[in-house]
Amino acid sequence: MGRLLVAAIGVASIAATASAEPPAGAVSCSGCHATSARVTTPVPRLLGVDQAAIVKAMQEFRSGQRPGTVMDRIAKGFTDDEIRAIAAWYAGQR
Amino acid sequence: MSSGRREFLKLGAAAAASTALCPYPVFARGAAPKVVVIGGGFAGASCARALRTIDPAIAVTLVEPNPTFTACPFSNNVVAGLRELSAQQFTYEHVAAAGITLAGTSATAVDAAARSVTLADGARLPYDRLVMAPGIDIRWGALPGYDEAASASMPHAWRAGEQTLRLRRQLEAMPDGGVVVISAPANPFRCPPGPYERASLIAHFLKTRKPRSKLIVLDAKDVFSKQRLFQQAWAELYPGLLEWVPVSRGGAVTAVDPTTRTFVTDFGRHKADVANVIPPQKAGRIAEVAGVADRSGWCPIDPVTFESRLEPRIHVIGDAAIAGAMPKSAFAANSQAKTCAVVVARLLTGAAPSDPKLINTCYSLIAPDYGISVAGVYEPSGGQLAEVKGAGGVSPAGAPRETRAAEAVLAEAWFRTITAEVFG
Repeated sequence: MGRLLVAAIGVASIAATASAEPPAGAVSCSGCHATSARVTTPVPRLLGVDQAAIVKAMQEFRSGQRPGTVMDRIAKGFTDDEIRAIAAWYAGQR
Repeated sequence: MSSGRREFLKLGAAAAASTALCPYPVFARGAAPKVVVIGGGFAGASCARALRTIDPAIAVTLVEPNPTFTACPFSNNVVAGLRELSAQQFTYEHVAAAGITLAGTSATAVDAAARSVTLADGARLPYDRLVMAPGIDIRWGALPGYDEAASASMPHAWRAGEQTLRLRRQLEAMPDGGVVVISAPANPFRCPPGPYERASLIAHFLKTRKPRSKLIVLDAKDVFSKQRLFQQAWAELYPGLLEWVPVSRGGAVTAVDPTTRTFVTDFGRHKADVANVIPPQKAGRIAEVAGVADRSGWCPIDPVTFESRLEPRIHVIGDAAIAGAMPKSAFAANSQAKTCAVVVARLLTGAAPSDPKLINTCYSLIAPDYGISVAGVYEPSGGQLAEVKGAGGVSPAGAPRETRAAEAVLAEAWFRTITAEVFG
């Protein structure tokens, strides 16, 4: 949360980095995908990750091409459009 | 979540400036919108923080009487002596540092018409939107013989803290060869797989520390969360030690006697050396006081906005809410909280809400190195939060032990991640 808070402190910095509000489903991801750099976890972080990389991973989890523990089950609940929107939002987060 | 809407920020900045020039609180149009959040658990604290992050112009007050939050997930590890209670405890220091006003007392009344919350010290907090996340209360007396006094000799340990330690001490003091009995309630209740994780970890404790002992689970149900995975693992890890008695075989407890630690069922009596009653529950009491709980004891909500179906401008999230197919879990509470924060921020600007999509993931430990999970994706459908078909489900049956070990590692990582997001 540290980096997010730094971004959230000044109104000017937010206006400068403002992106659209989170699309449907996006805010749930941070239950497992840490936003804080201080958390030790094998789960990859999503903030600032390339949109195409997130889309590819989600589509591969969904099709079963990529093995997962829970992401294979979760990815099946999202359409291509939803995945693209979530990935774009995370790609734009710092 | 570091986003905000330009128009709204301009409005907020103007309001802040005008407030600074005025010696009295300004509640007129254009003033900073006020959101009060009742309850500082996974739902309430998450929502308060998400609101501030989404829109720093919103003035957020969190009403929570406890200076320390004690988390329920992983508290079964504390019961089984695998973890200390301090690892479950978090302060609100970082919540306050995020710009949230803490009211360190309890809410005693809610006036939905006047849009204000009354605190135990008599103060009144006005709000534009109220978010209630009161968690659960025990239905004392719903199980004959089980009142608050009975929880000393037959702890519930379903709200983490002193009760958790009480159950642990009783297990530690029990002689080898003793009988532990757990009673599990009918649905709905907090943490659907929780009773079975607890049974598993207590069985692990008995197997390693008091191997001549026995554990009986008396269940008011015939089916439960992740059932097949639990039962397969029990047969593998705890044969002859853990006996699960479903309702169809006499598992329903009709009364308890705390003086003799006895469970009464239609089929007989079970006298326990250690007795853990997981009792019937309801939404935290303030929900009833506010008029947002229905006759079921839980709170009906709109699946798009989380707004109460009984009182306008009051949103209910977390265990207290009737969230359709979503279970009463910390993950679900956190997911609902952040989703609700987005909706509330929208409603405060007069914008229309859009359909949300939510996720739940729950890990359970059957042994310290044996984890399983259930996941689900949810969306509004037919006036409820319904499971998205074709998604979700439980860990594969018959998976190798490496998979179970990997999920045990992920379970702990989840706990570190979510508690860092909410309290870190």
